[in-house]
Amino acid sequence: MQHWITLPIMLPLCTGVALIFMARAHLDAKRAVSLISALLSIPVTAVLLIQAGAGEYQVYAVGNWQPPYGIALVLDRFAAMMLMMTSILGLLALLYGIRSDDKGGRNYHALFHFQLMGLQGAFLTGDLFNLFVFFEITLISSYGLLMHGAGPERTRASLHYVILNLAGSALFLIGVGTLYGVLGTLNLADLAIRISEVAPEDAPLVLAAGLILLVVFGLKAAMLPLYFWLPNAYSSASPSVASLFAIMTKLGIYSILRVHGLLFGPEAGVLENAISTWLWPIALLTMIFGAIGVLGARTLKRVVSYLVIVSVGTVLAIVATDDLATWSGGLYYLIHSTFITAALFLLADIISNQRGQAKDYLKPAQPLRQPRLLGSIFFIAAVSVAGLPPLSGFISKASILQASAGSSFAPALWLILLAAGLITLVSMSRAGSTIFWSHSDDSNEGTRRADKTKLGVALLLLLVSPLMTVYGEALLSYCQATAEQLRDTSGYIDAVMPIRLSEEL
Amino acid sequence: MELLYATVVAILAGSGLYLILRARSFPVVMGLLMFSYAVNLFLVAMGRLHTGKPAIIAEGAQYTDPLPQALVLTAIVIGFAMISFITVLALRARSELGNDHVDARSDEDQQP
Repeated sequence: MQHWITLPIMLPLCTGVALIFMARAHLDAKRAVSLISALLSIPVTAVLLIQAGAGEYQVYAVGNWQPPYGIALVLDRFAAMMLMMTSILGLLALLYGIRSDDKGGRNYHALFHFQLMGLQGAFLTGDLFNLFVFFEITLISSYGLLMHGAGPERTRASLHYVILNLAGSALFLIGVGTLYGVLGTLNLADLAIRISEVAPEDAPLVLAAGLILLVVFGLKAAMLPLYFWLPNAYSSASPSVASLFAIMTKLGIYSILRVHGLLFGPEAGVLENAISTWLWPIALLTMIFGAIGVLGARTLKRVVSYLVIVSVGTVLAIVATDDLATWSGGLYYLIHSTFITAALFLLADIISNQRGQAKDYLKPAQPLRQPRLLGSIFFIAAVSVAGLPPLSGFISKASILQASAGSSFAPALWLILLAAGLITLVSMSRAGSTIFWSHSDDSNEGTRRADKTKLGVALLLLLVSPLMTVYGEALLSYCQATAEQLRDTSGYIDAVMPIRLSEEL
Repeated sequence: MELLYATVVAILAGSGLYLILRARSFPVVMGLLMFSYAVNLFLVAMGRLHTGKPAIIAEGAQYTDPLPQALVLTAIVIGFAMISFITVLALRARSELGNDHVDARSDEDQQP
């Protein structure tokens, strides 16, 4: 059981390597291997979730090199929650991909598993440079997946995405290098200790490195002004890839919470909360610009892409409040928004397949083959994403609003959160009425009924929302515990570094 | 030596940045390449610059910090892979989109 924590990384790694060797094998064989691995990752992460749920930190020293010398894997509630989300989303996206997307190229399945490996590794690692390496693994496979199936639109979006992320990786290295140059360590817990006792003349340098890292993570998370790549990339990617990418922005948010929460958290001495003063206005502006984008989008996939940006802004704003009660609602919102946007990407693809030439452009076109079925699914999704009762969107927003009531930041947060919800509602109803009610002609020839598996997967993803409502109390209390653990940075530091080196010397 | 080193890094980073901001894909790729060189040199410098020091812990002697060298090795390998990928991607974009502008306009933009 001691090595169980490495399984979320090892399982997709081994599967990915095996699938590369199987590149020329029959597609069904690859599908079988790929699916079995994705299925196995659910119990693997479930065990970790149960272990982490007890509230203990689990630290694994790779190669038994004790922190801060070796690379440490650290599991806490937040990491376990993200791992679980990744494996569920990975499995469902893969199921969807198997119905069509994986025919476009030989290495779809291998890339998919390397992508999962990068994500899971980034959620587990406790070392800044190792985080960089897992980021790169995620990025390299995401380049491949984004290009998957080809087409000029994808090539163009990929070129932007790759150039931006290469520049981002270079910045990441500058940030890491600066931190190492000043503090002489890369282990997150050790970094946090040394920042808490950093000399005042070095503090601006550390802050600069922290802000560079914020730019890098912000690029991944798609916060203002670094989100312009996202609508193009996500709306041109193949549907299964787009829905998996729904968790990629959350990786950026996770890294901000983990790295900045730890390094510039309550224990950071002179640099205490130095980042959140920057994050707060940026996050609110991200929400506003995301909402404007939702209003202006001309295709359904773009609407969903801008909804991703709105959700990123919301989570970041909550992170910046540094308020424990608001955080637990924010974490609940993070789970909700990931699954609902992933489901919407799949739904947009199913809808666009039934509209012939018009695809998912929001203009009158031929009527859909299954208007009632798809219409009701779309309605449920819209209710959930706009935050209307009774689905999880409402619960998350209600708990955020309730928790933040009376605090100094409440007016701005309330105003923008509610306005963004209203705009989402308006654009979703506009999109829905255009797609389902206004037709250019009456024939719907040449379209086929939706594939049952695809529809099932989209429904399953959507089902997360009502499930999150039914088990709302249990989930919210888990999120509450997660938020408490995240705020307790000294607990993390003590778990990773039982003997503080600086005290020893 | 520090001044010379810092100047080299600054020139590489500056010209890399300038090239990244160009509109055509070849200069952008070159810019990314130069920028990654600058970053790699910067990483090496973060272990402090020494000459004539042993690379491993020797008795009594001051030794060079091996960690930045390990980091830079990883960064070089990753950077090399990334640059090869972007080169191929830029070539593909050139052939598929018909020009080498980074934000090549395609006909689909004209659709309402």
